[in-house]
Order: sequence, then structure tokens, then C-alpha cells
Amino acid sequence: MKYALLVHQPKEYFDRRQDQTAITAGRAYGEALQAAGVFVGGAGLQSPKTATTVSVRDGKRQVHDGPYAETKEFLAGFGIIDVPNLDAALEWAARHPAAADSAVEVRPLLGSHFVVGNKVS
Amino acid sequence: MSESATHAVVDSVARNSYGRLIAFLAARSGDVAAAEDALGDAFVAALRRWPTEGVPEKPEAWLLHVARNRLIDAARHNQVRKSSEQSLQLIAEEAATLAATNEPFPDERLKLLFVCAHPAIEVAARTPLMLQTVLGIDAARIASAFLVSPAAMGQRLVRAKTKIRDAGIPFRVPESAEWNDRLTFVLDAIYAAYTTGWENLMETTSTHHALAEDAITIGRTLVQLMPAEPEARGLLALMLYCESRSAARYANDSEFVPLDKQDTARWSQTMIDEAENHLLIAASFKRMGRYQLEAAIQSIHANRAKSGRIDWQEILLLYEGLVQFAPSIGSLVGRAVAFAQSGKPAAGLAALEQIPPDRVIDYQPYWAARGHLLELLNRKHEAQTAFTRAASLTDDPALREHLFKRADSNSNET
Repeated sequence: MKYALLVHQPKEYFDRRQDQTAITAGRAYGEALQAAGVFVGGAGLQSPKTATTVSVRDGKRQVHDGPYAETKEFLAGFGIIDVPNLDAALEWAARHPAAADSAVEVRPLLGSHFVVGNKVS
Repeated sequence: MSESATHAVVDSVARNSYGRLIAFLAARSGDVAAAEDALGDAFVAALRRWPTEGVPEKPEAWLLHVARNRLIDAARHNQVRKSSEQSLQLIAEEAATLAATNEPFPDERLKLLFVCAHPAIEVAARTPLMLQTVLGIDAARIASAFLVSPAAMGQRLVRAKTKIRDAGIPFRVPESAEWNDRLTFVLDAIYAAYTTGWENLMETTSTHHALAEDAITIGRTLVQLMPAEPEARGLLALMLYCESRSAARYANDSEFVPLDKQDTARWSQTMIDEAENHLLIAASFKRMGRYQLEAAIQSIHANRAKSGRIDWQEILLLYEGLVQFAPSIGSLVGRAVAFAQSGKPAAGLAALEQIPPDRVIDYQPYWAARGHLLELLNRKHEAQTAFTRAASLTDDPALREHLFKRADSNSNET
């Protein structure tokens, strides 16, 4: 099954992400996912300050500056992994460097309706 | 075979094998709700066909065969993903093998118990889910025991089953690294069923009390499934000790009797012996835990039937151990009382006052213990206040009356 690991971090964490330790930990985690053959895709995201949100209503495009919702935590990155079951996904989520001080939400992908890369999951 | 005789056979199969059949089907399809529906259909088919065709030689294998056909039909109808079709094919093959051989079908109830108490399942749903899937208790009865509406309980159960299927919660027995944590969830969910039943013990015929018995049934199953796990035996022993006293907890049907005043002749010695036996086996594994300690404390109370006294010093020692494993409010309050009963009421009160006040605002045993300790310290006015508070926090009329009596006995007039 494919799962999304959604990393939620408080605003102030976004400034810290250029720390060398954070970069090293993030890279090592990505490499571990690849080495285990479970990595489908994913990336860290730039600060919510860089976000632009789009919606279309009555055929009219509405664009606004900022993330979808102003909250205390923001989506800071996501990964998609392919593992046998939820327990395996939780295991990987717990290893995510951000799990130690923020939170990683684990959600199954909507099976056959979602295309990742060039193969239908 | 007559219809009533068929009914009797079906009832007996349902009673003895329901949980095993559900566990077998769900462990293979990953879908508890679909397994329940399919098995329900299979039972209906049995009631219809067995009176004319006769009861099959292996009723369980017959039911599994019909149930997996239903699962395959449902899967085709819903066009579920390919992977589940494969697993259904697997069930079909296994069911055929089971029908042809003398092998009993594999017992997957342990996996089912771990799924019900999975950390990804909402805590409030774990115990009901266990009762429904392992024992086949209907949602309405579970709802009444948990004091929620049948509709709300139904929704809670549906949500949990949907999560198991859609989030891909695996049917597996956890590995040793996660064993202790995962086992704790299972034990806690079973104990929650017991305490929910126990708190309403006075209504001996009610669904509440039946729940306590159901919890013991699951506890026995768990011991049977993991005979070498000392905490499973500890939990079963704890429940049996408490249950052994159900007849002695009220005098004249309505008068609350505190544990140390209970008539030991009204305790069930059979249950006490069974509990002692489990506790003894558990101890032989030399792996102490919360439930074994709690059971050991109850064992000392049970010993009063033989010795005529309670060894509070020993109880205090056990509580000291217990607060290391599980510093719950319950164990902290118990420890404070043990201090007082071993002749150190001031130390007991000090221990009580270390508990953060916001955690005991509505915790009745704390206020009853506080009243008792203040009474021993001859602080009558404060004792009266504490007992009154305790009385206002219980929903058991007999206990309320008992606590008000103790409050009165500390009033200025007496």
C-alpha cells in the first residue's frame, strides 16, 4: 500500500531548516527510504511565506497570497512510500527526523485513483 | 433435523466459534465489516439449509465456505482492488483444505485482538470493537453497557472498522520490540470492559454486569492464546479476584460493604483459587508488571478468608512497586490508603496531597480515601467535607449512601 507521510511543523521551525544537522538528518532519511526500496516520491517544502493558494469559483480564478489555512502548524514536507501495511508506514514515520519535535501524519493514498510517477498504483 | 434442533446447533457454533471465524476471515481480507456481513449471511444460510440437508460434519468449514463465497460476491460487486481478490482466493483454497482434512482451522483471534487495540484505533472504540468481533456481542448491548446511544456506538464501530480496512492496519502479532506497548493496549481494553461492568455491579441482571463476565471470557481466551505471557495471567487473576467478591459487595441487596468488612463466606473460593493459580504461574516467569502487582494486592485481601487479617505492610510494598510501573491516580490513592492502614495516616495524607489536584477533581476514590485518612487523623470537619464530595461523585446509589453515612459520622453533632 502507498502512504503519504505529511510533516507538520510550527512556523518557527521553518527558519531552522537550513541548519547543517537538519540537512544531514533529512538527507540520511531520504537515503534510507531509497535503500529500503520503499520511496516513491517526496520533498521538503519552502516556508509558508512562499505559498500562493488558488481556487476556481464560478469559472473565476481566485489567487491569494499565503498558505491554505493560517494555523500554528504548516505542511513542511511530504513523502510517499510504498510499504505492506500501516505498521510499516508508522515505523518509517517514526524515523522521520521531524517526528522527534514535530508531527508526521500518515495517510493511505486513494488506491487506484492516484497516479504516482508513470505507474498507476 | 427439526428447526429448533438446527437453531440449537447454530447457536452453539456461534457461541463457540464466532470470534475464531471472524478472525480467520478478517485476517485474510483485512476487512472486519465485510467478514461480519459474510459470516452473518452464512449463519442465515445454515438456518435455512441445515434442517433439510442435515448439519454438515464440519459446521465451521461449511460456514467458512459460504462466507468466502459471499466475500467474493461482495468484492466483485464493489470492484475492490486486485490484491483483495487474491487474498479471497487464498481463503477459498484454505476453506477447501479445512473441509477435506481433520486440521482445525487456524486460530487468528490473537491477531484480531491486536488489531482491535491498535494504537491507530480511537481508544474509546477498542473495547467495544473487541467485544463485538471476538465475542459477537451486538452493538446495542455494548452501547447500553457504555451508556451511549446505539446509534453513536454503531458509528464508532463502523468508523473503527473502516479505518482498519482503509488505513491497512495489519493482522499480525507484534514483534518483541513493540510487544510490551502493544500488549498493554490489549490488556487495558479488556480491563476497561471489566471495570465498566464492575462499576455497575449492583444491577446483577443488567448488561453492565454481563460485561464483566464477557471481559473475563476474553481474559481467559488471551491466556489460552499466550500462555507464557505473565501480564495476561495477571490481568485474568485481577478480574477473577474482583469477581469472586461480587456477592459480598452488597449486604441485604442494597447496602454497600467495603472490601475489608465483606463477609468472606460470601466470596467465591473457586474463583479465588483460579486467580491464585494464574498468579503463581505468572510469577514463575519472573517478569513483573502492572496487572500482576494489582492482582497480588487483591490476593492479599483474598487471604483474609483464611488468615482473618490483612497484611497492609505487604500491600504497601506492592503499591510502591505498582506506582513504579503505572503511576496512575488509582495506584497513588491506593498507596496512600496502604500507608494509613499500616499505621501511618500522616504519611498517607502527605502521599495523597502529592497528587496534582486537577487530576482528582472528579475522582471519587480519591475523596473517599481523603475522608478516611482525615478521619484517622481526627480532622473531622475536613473528613466530613471529603466524604460528602466523594458521595456526590459516584453513580452507585448504595455507595453514595455509604459515603454519606461516613460523612455524617464525622459531623459535629456526633
